[in-house]
Amino acid sequence: MTGDANAFDRFVEHFRAKIFRYSWLMCGQREDAEDVAQETLLKVFESFDQLREPERIRPWVFRIARNACLMKRRKSVFAPSQELSLDDLMPAIDHQGGHARLQIADWSGLPDRRMLQSEMRHALDRAIATLPENFRSVILMRDVEELSTLETAHVLDLTPDVVKTRLHRARLAVRQKLDEYLRSDGRALSGHV
Amino acid sequence: MELAERTAKCREVFSLLSEYLNLDLPPDACQEMEAHLAGCPPCIEFAESLRKTVELCRRYRPAELPAPLGNKAREQLVEAFQKMLSGRNARS
Repeated sequence: MTGDANAFDRFVEHFRAKIFRYSWLMCGQREDAEDVAQETLLKVFESFDQLREPERIRPWVFRIARNACLMKRRKSVFAPSQELSLDDLMPAIDHQGGHARLQIADWSGLPDRRMLQSEMRHALDRAIATLPENFRSVILMRDVEELSTLETAHVLDLTPDVVKTRLHRARLAVRQKLDEYLRSDGRALSGHV
Repeated sequence: MELAERTAKCREVFSLLSEYLNLDLPPDACQEMEAHLAGCPPCIEFAESLRKTVELCRRYRPAELPAPLGNKAREQLVEAFQKMLSGRNARS
């Protein structure tokens, strides 16, 4: 029984934090995120026998969490889904003396130096949280949770091609917001989520 | 290469960068992109900023953390976990 208790504690601690993180960024409300984490873990234990491939537990758990988030969203106010235009996410290019020069910030100190600063963490919080929901969910699965394209497609009911397209635009949008933050030395995105 | 043509190539490179970083590009397209990157410092600079964005996302941990699990919530989870174990034991 001790082994079972240890397994329980490790499982709950590991997945509760992950589910909370995902649902907080999808729901935008702490209370909703904690409810989603609890409901998801209960559902996971209740339906564990339905998990056909134990090595795919992470996408299975996230699919349950995603459905719990969708149920919450019927009662809450959420950032709507919308499209991101590729043109709007491309950097401006200066043409001077026959040479092309990008108008972007100096990223050379990233990520080590600046990641240690809480202001930079908040800039990333805000950059991710302000993405349209349909792009935010993809970048959370692919880059934050590091699920594969196929796993993300399964969790979010999308085709792999849509996952790839949305991931690229989400990354470009986050890059653009961080670039604005770096160019303004933190002033543009200093507000907290 | 004319500037306009070069800029159009840069835009094409920008649009494929995530697939390149994910190692999802077919070999031919990958070679073509690397040939362009080798002679285009602005594209290298942009690709590097996108690569670092991905790295930051992978290291990302939001400031918000869940509150410690309350007694009632823990009891509910323990009960569900024990039911799961009982069901497994009954079947085996």
